[in-house]
Order: sequence, then C-alpha cells, then structure tokens
Amino acid sequence: MTNSEQGKTYLGVPVYRPKTAFFELSSCEGCQLQLLNNESSLLAFLSLVDVVNFREAMTERSDAFEIAFVEGSVTRSDEVERLKKIREKAKILVAFGSCACFGGVNQLKNRFSREWTKKEVYGEHAVETEFARPLEDVVSVDLKIFGCPVKKEEVEKIIINIATGKSVIYPKYPVCMECKANENICLFDIGEPCLGPITRAGCDSWCPNSRFGCWGCRGPADDANVEQLKVIMKKHGFSEETLLDRLECFGGFSDFAKEIRETIS
Amino acid sequence: MKITANISIHHLARVEGHGNIRIRIENGKLQEAKWEIVETPRFFEALLVGKKWENAPWICGRICGICSIGHTLASIRAIENAFGIVPSVQTQRLRLLLKHMETLQSHVLHLYFLSAPDFLGAGSVFPLIQSAPEVVHRAARLKQLANDICDCVGGRRLHPTRTVVGGFTMLPGRKELETFRNRLRETTGDLLATAELFQTFRIPDFVRETEFVSLKGEAEYPFIGGDLASTDGAHKKEHEYREMTNEYMVEQSTSKWSRLSRRSFAVGALARLNNNFAFLQPEAKETGEMFGLKPVNHNPFMNNIAQLVECVHVVHESLLLINELLASEQEEPRQEVTPKGGTGVGAVEVPRGILYHCYEFDDGGRILKCDCVIPTSQNHANIQHDLEELAGRCAEAGRTDREIELLAQMLVRAYDPCISCSVH
Ligand code: SF4
Ligand code: SF4
Ligand code: SF4
Repeated sequence: MTNSEQGKTYLGVPVYRPKTAFFELSSCEGCQLQLLNNESSLLAFLSLVDVVNFREAMTERSDAFEIAFVEGSVTRSDEVERLKKIREKAKILVAFGSCACFGGVNQLKNRFSREWTKKEVYGEHAVETEFARPLEDVVSVDLKIFGCPVKKEEVEKIIINIATGKSVIYPKYPVCMECKANENICLFDIGEPCLGPITRAGCDSWCPNSRFGCWGCRGPADDANVEQLKVIMKKHGFSEETLLDRLECFGGFSDFAKEIRETIS
Repeated sequence: MKITANISIHHLARVEGHGNIRIRIENGKLQEAKWEIVETPRFFEALLVGKKWENAPWICGRICGICSIGHTLASIRAIENAFGIVPSVQTQRLRLLLKHMETLQSHVLHLYFLSAPDFLGAGSVFPLIQSAPEVVHRAARLKQLANDICDCVGGRRLHPTRTVVGGFTMLPGRKELETFRNRLRETTGDLLATAELFQTFRIPDFVRETEFVSLKGEAEYPFIGGDLASTDGAHKKEHEYREMTNEYMVEQSTSKWSRLSRRSFAVGALARLNNNFAFLQPEAKETGEMFGLKPVNHNPFMNNIAQLVECVHVVHESLLLINELLASEQEEPRQEVTPKGGTGVGAVEVPRGILYHCYEFDDGGRILKCDCVIPTSQNHANIQHDLEELAGRCAEAGRTDREIELLAQMLVRAYDPCISCSVH
C-alpha cells in the first residue's frame, strides 16, 4: 500500500495511485461496502488507489490524502465541522452515494419538525439533530457519484478516469434507455409503477432488471419530464401518493416532490 | 505490579459505525471503563410515519448496509403478519436461502477482514494481501459465492430488489440453482481451511456469565420468525418482543440499551447457538467440537467461533434448500396483498443477533407507528459490562496499556457491532 509503485499503467495509460480516504457521515455505510463487497474487483481497485483511510476496514489512519470519498448526509453540527475539515485537506471531494448527493432516505425526516421527530424516537431524552442535508449545502463538491447504493462498475470507471486524468461524464438519458436495451418487460405493462422515464441512467436499469420499478435513487436525468410521467402514472391508475412516495424517497427529485406534496395536502 | 493506564480509542476501527472506548486505571485499580456510542441517529422510526406499507421494506433496508437483506425480510414479515399473509413454502425456502447467504457473507467479512487481523498482528486485511494471499483469496471466494447467490435470489446483494411483501418479483432459474449447488458443495473445503486457520489463533480465555437471547427453534435452527427464548428461561411469543427487549436510554449512548432477567443480555451467533445447539447441521456441530464449543458458553470472544460454526451450518442447510427447490414445481412467485389496519411484528435472526420490526397500520395500510429493535443495541449493555470486567481483571493482572487496549478492542469486535444500525 505504498505510493512508490512507479510506472503503473491501465490500458497503456500511465496511472498514478492517488492517496484516497473514505469518510462517512449519517449513512448505512452501504456505499463503502459496495467496494469491500465486490471481491472479484476489490484487489484490482486497490491497485488503482492508495487507500490511506478506511475506518471500516483498517486501524491505521492518515490525514494526508488527495481524494476524499464522503458517504452520508449531514444531520448534526459535529458532521458540519468534520466535513469542513475534510474539504480543507482534499484536492477532490467526492459526494459518494445518494445520501451525500441528495440527502438520501435520511431527508425523509425533513417532512416533519425536528421536535416531533426527536420525540417520536427518543421521547423526552435529549438528542441533537438537524434537517438532513446533502454535502453541497455545506461545502463545495467536485464530483458526485449517484446511487443508493452506488454501482461498483461506475465507481471503478470514475476512479480510472481520475487516475488517468480524464474528465468524468454522466449519462444524460434516463434509465428507460438502459431498460429497453436490456429487453426487459416494461413494468407499467405488468401493473407496476416506475420512475425509469425520468431518472438518470448509469445503473444499467438495476431494479427493472429484477422486475422491480425504479424509485429514482440516482436523481433526475437531464430534461426529466415529470409532467409527462404524471400523465403516464395516472393513465395506469397510480395515485399521486404513489408517485410522491417515489419522487421523495432519495431526495433527488425534492423540488418536484415538494410541489406535489403541496397540491395533495 | 501496580499499573496506571489511560486508554482512549476514538472511533474504533474495523467495526461498522462510530463507537469509543475509554479505560482509566490508577495504581492497579479500575477507575472507569466505558463503551460509548456517538453515532448520529437517522430517525427511521419517525421518517416512515404516514408512508404506505410498500415503502417500509425498501426504506428500512437502508438502516444497515451490512444486513440490508435481514432488515428487508424483518420488515416484510412484520407487514405480512399485520395483513394476515402466510408466505408460500417456495417463498419461505427462497427467503431462508437468501438469509443464509447474507449470514455467510457477513460472518466471513467479520471473521477474515475485521477479526483475523487482530490475531495475525495486522492493522487491516490489506497487508495480508501480500503476506498471506491464500487467506485473503479464500475469504474473497467465500464471500463471492454468498454474494452471487444473494444477487440471484434477492436481485442484488445490497438493498435487494426482488424481495417484496407477498413473495418475490422474480424467481431464480433452475440452471442457476444447479450451479450454486455445485459451488456450495465445493466450498466445504474453504470452510474447513477457515476452521484450521482459526485453530491456530489464541482465543482469549475470558468468561463472564450472562443471559443469551434468540429465536427458539422447534425442529430447526431458527432464522425467520417463531418464539423468543433466553438461557435464563424467559420464553415469549414473537409479538411480545417488547417484554424481551425492554429498551431504555442512557447518557453514554445515542443508541438505546436493553435488559431482561439480569442487568444485560447478549444476542448474536453465540446466543443462537447457546439456545439451539441441538438443531445445528451435523457438520456444524463437528466444527463446534473442534473448538470445544458447547452450550452454554459464556466467553464473548467465542462469538467468532460461533459465527464460524454458523457458516458451516448455513452452507449445508442451503444445499438442502436448493435440493428441495429443485425437487418441487415452480409456483407463482408472488401473492396478492390486501392491506388492513392493525399491528404486525417480524423477528429475524440477522448476523449480529435478533432483529425486530413492528408497524402499526391504519385501514389504508399507512404506517401510524414504527419500532425497530436492533441486535447491536441489545448488546451494548452487555459489551459495557464485559468491558468493565475485562479491564478490571487486566488491572489486577498488571497487563500493559498496549495489551489492555488490544484486548478491549478485540472484545468489542467479537460482538461484531453494527453501530450505525443500532442508532438507526
Ligand atoms: S446512498 Fe444508500 S447505500 Fe449509500 S450510504 Fe446512503 S443509504 Fe446507504
Ligand atoms: S420498466 Fe421502467 S425503466 Fe423499464 S421501460 Fe418501463 S418505465 Fe422504463
Ligand atoms: S433502477 Fe432506479 S432505483 Fe434502481 S438503481 Fe437504478 S436509478 Fe436507482
């Protein structure tokens, strides 16, 4: 795990092994586990980066890093401070997963007042919490990796791009494109709702491949047409509540969700 | 020898989530030993209120990245119990197979990546890639098999997509099941090698009597639903889980704590084994015997070995499950769901111990109240008392700071705590 392996190449392009650190704020740690949990490519991944901080897996810690992968959303004042410190040290700060990019499932609690939320779970016992926020609300973010969880193939591609000095490009089109290419039966045809028409691709239509409708974990595609999806949902007999549940689940569509919530209530 | 030690470990490594250990010894006398939980709560029980039933398994899986399958299954079971849905035999088999593979992958992750480095004198698994590559590759092979089966049966290994209330969205193909059967058969060699590796480790000899809580099997080693039991003789029905958990708040933790017949109890592989040893597969019993592991064992460090025994058990039982699945006609994957008002509880044994989900629904199937009791929160009090006892004995024996620090960390790690899960 030293940075001394000079002359390493990937597909003939020289790569340097950037010193990389992983951190987590409020999260399920699933995005980090996506890396530990993919044994066939774990070793290849470790040859691309020099991991200097990965509390989930190692005792040693170091403050000298170039790339910081930050998982989770910000929900407490000490996390604001931690995040600012990470920002000061990192050359590239990556929002890692939908909690970090959009607030993730954590932001569902923002539907309620902080006082009610605390009381519902802890009664009169004092605990501190704030509204769940994406990293961007607190510090500047250089790169976002969407997904709940992130898809390891995409993470690897992005890391290779960083290591070989290329820029990172996201798909602009929606999940539906991937789903059609995968020749899946469309879920609407078997009576299931799906956010595939408006959600940014890149997961290779992970959920529809298992006959499970998309919940929009990767946030909106470029030019996402929510109005048109509303019409499709209505035509197939799904309520606005069902659409809202999906739009607000991971935080990526929060502006659209807010609008619908206001019209329903 | 009179020793003085001041140990403070901030954000203990190689555990899931954020916890601190603090130990203070003055002149050979223990002043303080504390297991603190500083994780930020995410308020899952609040954020689900008002949501329709179908949101719960999908969202609750996100309580934990390691045992998302267990959370999803507990959530589904609670909903099915509330709505009066009985899963088909096919669904039950597939869920258990999926559950077993999560247990295998989680135990292997803990045994090899989190626990073994302590015994091998390393800070992480990474240097072992160079120094003991065959060990790392074996761990990777075992995990990969478990994860591949999870991908196939559950749709994906993390935050599964095929598991829904009423059954599955899709079934694994016969060909896939046959391939997995072969791979499971081949994996028994790796399990034996794992047992041999752990036989070379010196498991600390530390015994403190406590109570062990788990599901109680009737004819099988239990994982999904059923009665609740403890080694002190408590016996309750699944829906009476609150009488087993008795949660309360303490200052040193953002996670709740639990107690039953004594001031603390333990859940997890060792607790399951202590309550259900007779139902282990024969090969698993043999593995237990290699380590002299018999019920009731009160050494918390033996939880590692209990996990190893369970790895053997789940592999052999999965072989039986696949045989049964292949021998039966494929049925419809999924039943109709009709929501109704009421309360449902789902108790599931996840890798770190017994997990409960409980929801109260209105007539339209919207959640009025939600309660999730996590294995690690049930273990926190027991970890605290073990830590006091261990530190006290170390102080008397005049152990060095370094030794105490390592032992304390190994103790907490033996419980395989999942802290972000416990502060959900
Ligand atoms: S984005 Fe999803 S998988 Fe990743 S940490 Fe958040 S909840 Fe877990
Ligand atoms: S299933 Fe979803 S993603 Fe696939 S084509 Fe239909 S709407 Fe699009
Ligand atoms: S299909 Fe939708 S919900 Fe599923 S992973 Fe892709 S973007 Fe996320």
